Amino acid sequence: MVERKTSLLRDAPRLLVLSLLGLLLLMPYIWMVAASLKPADEIFRASLSLIPERFAVAQNYGRVFELVPVARYLLNGIIVCGGILFFQLLFAIPAGYALAKLNFRGRELALGAVMLGLLVPPHVPALPLYAGFSQLGLLDTYTALIAPSTISVFAIFLFRQFFKSLPDDLIHAARLDGMSEMAIVWRVVLPNAWPAATAFAIFSVVAHWNDLFWPLIVVNTPEHATPALGVLFFRTTEGDDDFGALMAAAVVMTAPLVIAFLLAQRRFVEGIATTGLKG
Amino acid sequence: MSEAVLSAAPARREGATGEALTAWALGLPAVLAYLVLLLLPTLAAILLAFTDYELGAPAFAWIGLDNFSELLRDRGFAQALRNTVFYVAVVTPGSILGALALALLIEAGTRGRTLFRAVFFLPVVSLTVAMASAWQYLLHPSIGPLNAVLRQVGIDGPAWLSSSDTVMWSLAAIGIWENLGFNLVLFLAGLTAIPREMYAAAEVDGAPSAWERFRLVTWPMLGPTTLFVLTITMIRSVRVFDTVKVLTQGGPNRASEVLLHAMYLEGFTYFRLGYSAAITLVFLAIVLALMWLQTRVLDKRVHYG
Repeated sequence: MVERKTSLLRDAPRLLVLSLLGLLLLMPYIWMVAASLKPADEIFRASLSLIPERFAVAQNYGRVFELVPVARYLLNGIIVCGGILFFQLLFAIPAGYALAKLNFRGRELALGAVMLGLLVPPHVPALPLYAGFSQLGLLDTYTALIAPSTISVFAIFLFRQFFKSLPDDLIHAARLDGMSEMAIVWRVVLPNAWPAATAFAIFSVVAHWNDLFWPLIVVNTPEHATPALGVLFFRTTEGDDDFGALMAAAVVMTAPLVIAFLLAQRRFVEGIATTGLKG
Repeated sequence: MSEAVLSAAPARREGATGEALTAWALGLPAVLAYLVLLLLPTLAAILLAFTDYELGAPAFAWIGLDNFSELLRDRGFAQALRNTVFYVAVVTPGSILGALALALLIEAGTRGRTLFRAVFFLPVVSLTVAMASAWQYLLHPSIGPLNAVLRQVGIDGPAWLSSSDTVMWSLAAIGIWENLGFNLVLFLAGLTAIPREMYAAAEVDGAPSAWERFRLVTWPMLGPTTLFVLTITMIRSVRVFDTVKVLTQGGPNRASEVLLHAMYLEGFTYFRLGYSAAITLVFLAIVLALMWLQTRVLDKRVHYG
């Protein structure tokens, strides 16, 4: 713990232990990728060799792309996550600004409502929302997937906290320049809110890309399935036998977010650690 | 600029009413979405718990506490509650102690910090459904690599996910694996916040061993972080659903039934919305109790030091 330059030799045991633990943690990934390259007979022999004797890449991945609309699932994931994020920001940023910088009657009440909303996990309103979408004939649509998540009290709270720390002079100057409040929000406040906005965006996209609960409830055809649901559909159509193809499907659906994470590792960690506290 | 000041200043505000109108106009979309998509459905879920509403039924009746008394008699629900408590009771200490140990190891040197943090954080950003499938292969009784390794040393490994003796342990192990990286990042942040001088001071004061320094400096200074991580992990793990849905569907014979999966089955498979809402309320009560605990803990954190 004491800051002191240790020699590589003295540091070696620590690095070795960490590497072994890291390897242990990566086991599911390693075996997932290995199995996705192997033909069925090698998987069923349960050999402990990671490298396939005969590569079955085309066979496994080919089966995935042939059996399920992979591109469709990934596109749906982008549409749903993008749609949710767009509306979350559209609703939360002006509201957060109003709560942080404007004086009005009912502000305490509105803030109380936000705090109250923070206490409710998304599973609680799910039943009535489902009944409502069912009544409206909106099950199995993008609307049903996106709408319930468009209001994020957490985002409102986060942006309010962030905007409170912006200097009032900045806003006064903009008002003196004759800008409308709407213009102030989008042209003065938002450019200063990038750190909060990117952190929230990462948190939101990771949460909704990985969410299974809500898509499972409202979607039952591949046409609107998100990647999480797509893997589940693949399992039910394929049965649990073809592990090579199943692992290939898992690799394809996991890859986009993992690649994004590896490219912007620091931002992801900060974004999720500072905003993901909502749990 | 000066021209703008002259022209804008007098006409700028019509006073408090103008500001209030602006505020409500800015907040209107959020207010409407809040009411329609969050507040009303939540209230409806609470009311639903006191009805016998079933989706598609022509009518429903108020049945008071009947759903809750049925819950008390429902052995499947009791099992779900027990399993959820078990899951939380294993995942919480497992992922916290593991994350703390890893954080100390990573912080103990300067090399490889970013790399190891990224490695251990990977499960947090991975598609749970897909990784659950990878775990299913890893833990497969006959073709899974884990049992293949065990066979090499002469042990006949169990059917991890399909035997009622091991299924909850297996799910909890996956839960620890999922939560480790998240807690690790929180601990790393907590460790970085400890002033370096305190370690130097402890050393001067005669705490030369690493264990003594941990006991006298790191652990007390990390106390608030640990309490925070504790409640956060509990709130996160009460929500276990994905792995259960993908790997076991609550089986074998409800041996891995958990709260949210039981709620999902009743509500969205059997369409007994009233009964499902009652389970949801139990779930909500647990989450609220944990959040209450968290605010108590955070209050202490403010007074700390």
